[in-house]
Amino acid sequence: MFRFLRKKKAVEASEPEVSEASTPDPQPEGEAASEPADAGHEAVHEAVPEAVEETSEGNEGGGAGLFGRLRSGLARSRGALGDSLGTLLLGKKEIDESLLEALETQLLMADVGLEATEAVLERLTARVKRRALNDEDALMSELAEVLSEILGERHEPFSLAPAEPFVILVVGVNGVGKTTTIGKLAQRFKAAGHRPLLAAGDTFRAAAVEQLKQWGSRADVPVIAQGEGADSASVLFDAVSAARARGADVVLADTAGRLHNKGHLMEELAKVVRVLKRFDAAAPHAVLLVLDAGTGQNALAQAKTFSEVAPLTGLVLTKLDGTAKGGVAFALAKQSGLPIQFIGVGEQADDLRPFEPRSFVAALLGAEAP
Amino acid sequence: MFDSLTERLSTTLRALGGKAKLTEDNIGETLREVRRALLEADVALSVVQGFLDAVRTRALGMEVSSALSPGQAFLKIVHEELVRVMGAERAELNLAVKPPAIILLAGLQGAGKTTTAGKLAQYLKTREKKRVMMVSADVYRPAAIEQLAVLGAQVGVAVHPSQALSSPEAIVRDAVVAAKTQLADVLIVDTAGRLAIDDAMMAEIKTLHEALAPAETLFVVDAMTGQDAANTAKAFADALPLTGVVLSKADGDARGGAALSVRQITGRPIKFLGMGEKLEALEPFHPDRMASRILGMGDVLSLIEEAEQKLDRKKAERLATKIKKGKGFDLEDFRDQLQQMKSMGGMQGMLEKLPGMGQMAKAAEQSLDQKRFVHMEALICAMTPKERRFPDLISGSRKQRIARGSGLQVQDVNRLLKQHKQMQKMMKKMGQKGGMQKMMRGMGALMGGGGGMPPMPPPGGLRRR
Ligand SMILES: Nc1nc2c(ncn2[C@@H]2O[C@H](COP(=O)(O)OP(=O)(O)OP(=O)(O)O)[C@@H](O)[C@H]2O)c(=O)[nH]1
Ligand SMILES: Nc1nc2c(ncn2[C@@H]2O[C@H](COP(=O)(O)OP(=O)(O)O)[C@@H](O)[C@H]2O)c(=O)[nH]1
Ligand SMILES: [Mg+2]
Ligand SMILES: [Mg+2]
Repeated sequence: MFRFLRKKKAVEASEPEVSEASTPDPQPEGEAASEPADAGHEAVHEAVPEAVEETSEGNEGGGAGLFGRLRSGLARSRGALGDSLGTLLLGKKEIDESLLEALETQLLMADVGLEATEAVLERLTARVKRRALNDEDALMSELAEVLSEILGERHEPFSLAPAEPFVILVVGVNGVGKTTTIGKLAQRFKAAGHRPLLAAGDTFRAAAVEQLKQWGSRADVPVIAQGEGADSASVLFDAVSAARARGADVVLADTAGRLHNKGHLMEELAKVVRVLKRFDAAAPHAVLLVLDAGTGQNALAQAKTFSEVAPLTGLVLTKLDGTAKGGVAFALAKQSGLPIQFIGVGEQADDLRPFEPRSFVAALLGAEAP
Repeated sequence: MFDSLTERLSTTLRALGGKAKLTEDNIGETLREVRRALLEADVALSVVQGFLDAVRTRALGMEVSSALSPGQAFLKIVHEELVRVMGAERAELNLAVKPPAIILLAGLQGAGKTTTAGKLAQYLKTREKKRVMMVSADVYRPAAIEQLAVLGAQVGVAVHPSQALSSPEAIVRDAVVAAKTQLADVLIVDTAGRLAIDDAMMAEIKTLHEALAPAETLFVVDAMTGQDAANTAKAFADALPLTGVVLSKADGDARGGAALSVRQITGRPIKFLGMGEKLEALEPFHPDRMASRILGMGDVLSLIEEAEQKLDRKKAERLATKIKKGKGFDLEDFRDQLQQMKSMGGMQGMLEKLPGMGQMAKAAEQSLDQKRFVHMEALICAMTPKERRFPDLISGSRKQRIARGSGLQVQDVNRLLKQHKQMQKMMKKMGQKGGMQKMMRGMGALMGGGGGMPPMPPPGGLRRR
């Protein structure tokens, strides 16, 4: 296929433009497109999903994951190039082109994005060169290492601090899973001995208040609401006041979904923040931006624009129980500097996990459930 | 959306402008840029590859005719391929079956199915005068049934009640009976969001499909979706005989590559764009126009259609005749124009649809000047009817009065008058054959000449004339 792009031929490990020059020879299409299911998906409607943490490191031995695919890709190129394993890779100036292309393809198809993919491969080649690694397993774990590093640099688990009350504002574009995440967090905090209170700040979407109320009753936590059409900021102000009066120590504030390119909606959010500050200058103590793992490069614009109007403290990546890989997280980690703190792995209350870079990387690289 | 892709392609293609003929060498660079652009726009990798292959094969095999420069010829190929992928022409809903015609909506969690159900109900009720009924088969998500009920009440259509404890299949069977007895023309069935890999849920929607035999089975997909659009679209298309796609949240600034992916992978036409959270925010999707838009040729046609719909037709006609007769375009007309522009979603919304105006739209949002339009309108309102009709009357003292009356400065009055003059000239020039299209161009020119705006990008379609 892309022979015209190949003209730039073999990739030099020392060149910064590594992946750009080596446009991938596409893998047989079906392979990556019909990626086997992630773990935990059957559990979606049963409320007992397996932890993603446990599903992660399973696949070193081969199989359908990236490792396995790469291995078969390698076998092919090995034959074609007549290279032996030892000379194929590394320790030399050039890294085998088809291997890099396979990696690039994999990363691009996970929404890592061009820029971040290039950066990752650059980092990888540099390390590989330095360490003179000479087998593909080592290379693969090196890749996982590089990816985990990128996420790890920003990693910071979510934590509650004493406040009266600790206010968590949950924001994001439409349909990403804000309300569901609040329901999940409510259950989590309650189980940890806190006294959460939910605030129905989405006063716009039809039945959004009712949706939150149902989550409230599932987790057995109070919900403060005024109903549709009310002013979001005033609902939230009421809620924090109510929380203080009742001794609730955590307020989870829901907001309406808003596209970040809608100035007036973003201004409304800025107002929410201002009003909360009037109540407590330290509030909101946490602002979580919820992102759908299926989102492509637009997630970067979301993070950027939301952080301009609200003091974001962390990210939540939802719907990782599907085929979406959430690879945009790498570019996010680099650009936004915000830590991913939770991931959503289903629609039920306990389908929320603290974010863990290594497991995430393993899942993204296609290491399926054991 | 799409504007960055638009911008990107227009620069790389321009670079090809002077080349003598298309060769591996000179299109290689451009194709690489097209690849980058498409990937950055979240077009699925496999679709990008197929697309570039097709473009490349055609480009190399092609005799460059003398009429076109190689750059133009290449652009034409890219455009044609895009159009081909997007589907050759606009696809309508096909509801010509024995009533009730059933519309089944399917998609991932949070894609916009329920909202789309409400929008379709509104569209069919008001535009096509259909008797619409809706039903929710989402027994899983909290308050999903209630959400649809609220939307139904807003639109003013019947919503068949669902119990969260019944099975979706029982609910929809019930609804079909109800739709028949109540003589509904259309029954819209909302379903729960589901993952393509959730076998149980995919089996469920297949059952629903069998029970309903829908006239339309629409896959609702979020315009912000990344590479996963390919997986998901394929799985839904495999499970269900889709008849079309709705691209939701297209009012965002995602570059919308998912549109291309889904279209290519399902082979089904995109029938609508979701353009906002409100019930009116559903727009027909025009593949050819979208392709043009991607390529920086703007969506002039869409704009015109929209303008025609929202415009006060009488006023438009009055103006058209007036201009035709060579009569002046007075300040009264100017004010009408401003008001109409406002009702078309403001300057930004309009500029976005014009060729090569992506950047301007951005600039317009930032610097401009919604305020300026408000100001212009205020100024005109502060005039007497006579002054509006005969702007030449407006002398120094009148200017002062108008400025005071509108709370603005005399220089604002001057600027308005100058702009009006420019506009008047435009109108005269294109007065021969009336029509909205020209009027819209006049608007563009007004913006270009208004000062305070960034320079126009090199000629797109707009000012070519
Ligand atoms: N800006 C914008 N928002 C939209 C559009 N379509 C839907 N939404 C919003 O997206 C969110 C999700 O929409 P829903 O209609 O509830 O989506 P759904 O697919 O029914 O979701 P589930 O039933 O939860 O799977 C809501 O906040 C809607 O208001 C659109 O075209 N533009
Ligand atoms: N599969 C899956 N679905 C989710 C997840 N989180 C939320 N959802 C679903 O996504 C849809 C939108 O969620 P919602 O909380 O209403 O989003 P909001 O509009 O941002 O408040 C609902 O159907 C949820 O059930 C998740 O982690 N996995
Ligand atoms: Mg919500
Ligand atoms: Mg729904």
